[in-house]
Amino acid sequence: MKKKKMNGYLLAGLIITTVIIVWIIIGRFYTPYNPTKMSSAKLQGPSPAHLFGTDKFGRDIFSRVMQGSGTTLVIAAATILIGGTVGTIVGAVTGYFGGMVDEVLMRLNDALTAFPSILLALVIISILGPGKYNVIIALGIVFIPSYARVMRTAFASQRDVNYIISARLMGASKLRILMVHMLPNTIHVLLPAITIGFNNAVLAEASMSFLGIGVTPPDVSMGYMLSEAQGMFKSAPWYALSVGCVIALLVFGVGLIGEGLQRMDKEAD
Amino acid sequence: MKYAVRRILALIITMIMVSFLAFAAFHMISGDPAQAILGTNATPEMLERLRHEMGLDQPFIVQYFRWFTGFFTGNLGISYSYRQPVADLIMPKLKVTLLMVMISFVIIVLCSLPLGLRAAQKSGGRLDWVRTTFQQLCMAVPAFFLSILVSYLFGIILKWFTPGDFPKIEHNLIGVMRYLFFAAVCIAIPRIAMTVRMLKSTIIQEMEKDYVRTAISRGNDRAEVLKKHVLKNSLVPTITMLGQTMAEIVGGSIVVEQVFGIPGMGRFLVASISNRDYPVVEALVVILAFWVILSGTVADLINQKIDPRLRLGGRA
Repeated sequence: MKKKKMNGYLLAGLIITTVIIVWIIIGRFYTPYNPTKMSSAKLQGPSPAHLFGTDKFGRDIFSRVMQGSGTTLVIAAATILIGGTVGTIVGAVTGYFGGMVDEVLMRLNDALTAFPSILLALVIISILGPGKYNVIIALGIVFIPSYARVMRTAFASQRDVNYIISARLMGASKLRILMVHMLPNTIHVLLPAITIGFNNAVLAEASMSFLGIGVTPPDVSMGYMLSEAQGMFKSAPWYALSVGCVIALLVFGVGLIGEGLQRMDKEAD
Repeated sequence: MKYAVRRILALIITMIMVSFLAFAAFHMISGDPAQAILGTNATPEMLERLRHEMGLDQPFIVQYFRWFTGFFTGNLGISYSYRQPVADLIMPKLKVTLLMVMISFVIIVLCSLPLGLRAAQKSGGRLDWVRTTFQQLCMAVPAFFLSILVSYLFGIILKWFTPGDFPKIEHNLIGVMRYLFFAAVCIAIPRIAMTVRMLKSTIIQEMEKDYVRTAISRGNDRAEVLKKHVLKNSLVPTITMLGQTMAEIVGGSIVVEQVFGIPGMGRFLVASISNRDYPVVEALVVILAFWVILSGTVADLINQKIDPRLRLGGRA
């Protein structure tokens, strides 16, 4: 394998994503104004004092977006953690052992992927009820099948590779083979899958909260803000524009990372 | 022929599994439908009578079987909040959504095929990165954000349609189509970017194969080889992708309908979830899932017509 080289997509994606994520993380601790405090400066366009303007209650939109985006970020991260971990375990078990377990789990997988992801999330929310944690559970479950499928292929492709056979002959336990020998070699599949999953999670959370069946107040997320902004689009178009652009930029940045990773992998082959 | 039969059998089995999962899930949470319909003032006798009428005193499996067969005879139960048959409520909304999905699908096919071809031909050129970046950008803009912008620009500023004033489908089909067109574009744009990306990589992969090199080294024209051989071989993954697209745009329509105020299934689904109107949610979910399974099967059937190897159970 040749040495993997950084490419332009990866670099640009990393820069964009890092800047936004750092900005959002700062928003957890510090915002220029109190995001929920109303003031007399209503419906003001972007200015040096209010970079993204203010809404009809005189709240500073820059501060609101900075803080509210955090909720979306947390949800997306937690979703990946659930979907990725469970998906990897399912993929490892089905890919390595095959047989009956594989058959049953993969058929269940097929049935789950029959629902469009947003629809499945809506169904789960309609059962659990809205709210931040239920959105995480719903999206986590929704994204398990896609990880399971990708990871299953990655694990299955290594099952009969020489170094695994050697490890088996040396008496390594199944757990050790899976965790120590196989898992690190699936990373080139897992990383692009995580970037795609992250973007899907951000967009799915935003869609759900936008529809009013996601995050509930007092929590504020990107989708929630956008639905709020749609109501005042005529009087304060900068609100919707700034929220929309932050979402788009974040997803764009992570998308570029994914593109860069895939190209890097291809060039290395 | 045998392949088709097997595929349709698999379709039916998946449908039964999906509908069973949905039925079981809603059966667990929805509580007592008789109570939900009659309200809290109902006497125990009234409840008992309605439960018997609705067959709720039957075993779970019998209830499922009734509901499943009712699905194909148009009997989907009674809505809790409208007190009307679910099928009557859904039918007009189904038409609107189907029309929108069709328009969107046509836009996707018409745009992505030529664009994908071009992208593959120009791949590796100086402007390759511009195209790739633009694709990523198209995929990054959330459909509902795009919808807000489009409905504002074309609806409020240019007045090409009136947002919120959806014409009656029986009276003004052209008006409906014009209204739906803008929504369909918003659903289509991210999918076009995805399809172009996939087409490009499929064609490039195919171009690197030995038979293409042979054909070109024998003096055949590059464009000719692409048209005659490569495109044919790229067709199968493309059809599979379009099948998935058909499924995905139904999901996308849920959000877009909300922004544009289109009285379709997605909007009805969201409203029914908020009202906890489980018979409606259940029916809509299963219809949408059937739609997804069906598009996958149709794509597979078309593929095996194109590529006889698939009929033998092999892979292209």
